[in-house]
Amino acid sequence: MSDLLAARSQMALSLAFHIIFAVIGIGMPLLMVIAEALWLRTRREVYLALVKRWARGTAIMFAVGAVSGTVLSFELGLLWPTFMAYAGPIIGMPFSLEGFAFFTEAIFLGIYLYGWQRVPEKVHWLAGVLVWLSGTLSGIFVVTANAWMNTPTGFEIVNGEVIDVDPWAAMFNPAAFSQTLHMTIAAFQAVGFGVAGVHAFLLLRQPRNLFHRKAIAIALTVGTLAALVQPISGDISAKQVAAYQPIKLAAMEAQWETEAGAPLRIGGWPDEDAEVTRYALEVPYALSLLAYGDPGAEVMGLKDVPPEDRPPVLITHLAFQAMVGLGMAMLAIGMLGAWLAWRRRRLPDSPWYLKLLVLSAPMGFLAIEFGWIVTEVGRQPWIVYGYMRTADAVTTMPNLVVPFVTFTILYLVLGVSVVYLMAKFVFASPYLAEEE
Amino acid sequence: MGTLALWVALFMFGALVIYVLTGGADFGGGIVALLARGPRREAIRELVFHALAPIWEANHVWLIVALVLLFVAFPKAFAAMTTALHIPLTVMLIGIVLRGAAFVFAQYDEETSRARAWWQRVFMWSSLMTPVTFGIVVGAVASGRIRVDASGQVQVGFIEGWMALFPFLVGGFAATLFAYLAAIYLTLETDDTEIRDWLRKLALGLGIALGIGAWVTLWWAQHETLTVYDRLVHSPLARPFHLITGLAAVGALGALWYRRYTLARVAAAVQSVAIMVGWGLAQYPALIVPDVTVAKSAAPASVLRPLLFALLGGTVLLVPSFGYLYWVFKQHTLAMRLQNQRHR
Repeated sequence: MSDLLAARSQMALSLAFHIIFAVIGIGMPLLMVIAEALWLRTRREVYLALVKRWARGTAIMFAVGAVSGTVLSFELGLLWPTFMAYAGPIIGMPFSLEGFAFFTEAIFLGIYLYGWQRVPEKVHWLAGVLVWLSGTLSGIFVVTANAWMNTPTGFEIVNGEVIDVDPWAAMFNPAAFSQTLHMTIAAFQAVGFGVAGVHAFLLLRQPRNLFHRKAIAIALTVGTLAALVQPISGDISAKQVAAYQPIKLAAMEAQWETEAGAPLRIGGWPDEDAEVTRYALEVPYALSLLAYGDPGAEVMGLKDVPPEDRPPVLITHLAFQAMVGLGMAMLAIGMLGAWLAWRRRRLPDSPWYLKLLVLSAPMGFLAIEFGWIVTEVGRQPWIVYGYMRTADAVTTMPNLVVPFVTFTILYLVLGVSVVYLMAKFVFASPYLAEEE
Repeated sequence: MGTLALWVALFMFGALVIYVLTGGADFGGGIVALLARGPRREAIRELVFHALAPIWEANHVWLIVALVLLFVAFPKAFAAMTTALHIPLTVMLIGIVLRGAAFVFAQYDEETSRARAWWQRVFMWSSLMTPVTFGIVVGAVASGRIRVDASGQVQVGFIEGWMALFPFLVGGFAATLFAYLAAIYLTLETDDTEIRDWLRKLALGLGIALGIGAWVTLWWAQHETLTVYDRLVHSPLARPFHLITGLAAVGALGALWYRRYTLARVAAAVQSVAIMVGWGLAQYPALIVPDVTVAKSAAPASVLRPLLFALLGGTVLLVPSFGYLYWVFKQHTLAMRLQNQRHR
């Protein structure tokens, strides 16, 4: 394994691991705040039990998220010192603001988790709201920094030196809005379906347990609302990528030839040697229409740039297909649930629908992982799009396969432990008086 | 630009000082749990877990703030450090990950679980490993071993930047300091007199070890790090600083001896700040002794100015929130002191 590949693998592993916990840290506080508001209004014990159960899981997830996030901030330098020496000041603003947002999150999470007996009820709820807001902001700031790598702005390069740095222009770069919107909605969607799926699994075992019914009602509502607006934000993102990173779009769509009236490909297998995409279902003109709002618009193909400037097409295309497919599946399951609920005037609790929810539990998280593969792999071979290649940014440190293997083992152990604790203490049915 | 960079450097240093006083003591808590002996061993460990639980995550963020300021405002220093110190930093990171994860895993598992006992052990050992590597990094940065050329390229290998006695002495010193702080802080977190007496003895022992460690490290510094040694011993500021540190140290030990725990807390904190400031002044204006200075590695003013505004704004939000967290969870340690006085 080359050092560059080891560094990229370690970074990918660290991001893929952290994002799961980061997303839970953004999504769970919203669910807890809703359940606690219901408790304060109705004084029904089931809501309080729900908040406490969710808080227990969130405490574990947040801690793992905090330490794995620390790993990432160090790895920026440990693996990509050249990149950081160059980009650190330019994208420092969102990172600094993220520092404060994360701080606020950690402080009020401490109060939220351990302050039940120590602060008044309303203050406790408010602490939860602050955790939710600062967690969301924290995610937005970090994604903003990533967006800059896709659409770098706010600086000039003269004779190889970075000058005229404008941190605000860098922060409000062209991809910032579409990327943060897409990711924030994705976080609530993933957590909504994830939580609904877990409680659906438990409800299948104890069909009359009110605890799981209330949990599904809250989580599925949040997840479905997010799934409903996500296609709009996806469309904004696609148009943004088309305008600023046409080669990434070409890789996402496995579009080899530059053509007017390009088709949208569903599925298909891009052959990078033959430079063709086989077995795809093509919807005529749809890509031109979706990317540029005009069925006759010209879409740039991969053949327009030399092979060394192209991202890995197969991975980018398949990951994109998987992300969209999973998003559509969640939308369908959510809408079906809403329709059933509206028709029967009660929670959709038929076993077949609950099984569908169980199936949907990992979908949001998988979609997020695939989405990040599209963003990151689709940006290659660049680390800063158009300015710095990933290969030029890597550390001179040899034997990078050693830290890569070390962190892989470490994250495996942590992952297994989290699953063990969740299975033992969080994914369980409490005894509650059964009301119906 | 010079003064702007200096202000950011001060902020960064301030975050690091608060990190030592809060997050450092949390690691020290793990070391205290590791050192716990006798029939009260489990009770002492429970005390440590209970004291840390609501605050350790917030305390940890001070390190992130310092790190972010380093790479935003002094990118060349960050790149040089992460290159030359890749190995100790990676070990420190593993320590940070294991400490945090093991703590929360142990806390949420049932008391009889074997996995819990295992995670407790991981928590305690990583609480020792992390401060030692943190100290090694600080010692290496101060030692002058890491040479960097004008373009920011590191001129030493991946081992020789830190593989020497001085960084390891600083590593041992940091771990001792953190454990000493934790032992003193914890005296006010319990009303079990046996535990408090044990903590008092531990703190006295660690305080004396810290004094000896300081002299040994300083004495050895002349063999490895002349600039810093020179400043620590011969600069005009050296004498008053040794005096303040020494007085605070003697004050803390005396207060411990006479069981004046609040006073001991304050004195130990002053002592730690004085040690940190002494280190800061000894290597100023270098961020990495001797080649990388605050001015030479600073980001352009167009970055530093808005950064300072963001820092001021963030601090205005942060300080009251952080204070509120401590007020909610630690006010009882003050109330307890009043109670004790009344009993007397």
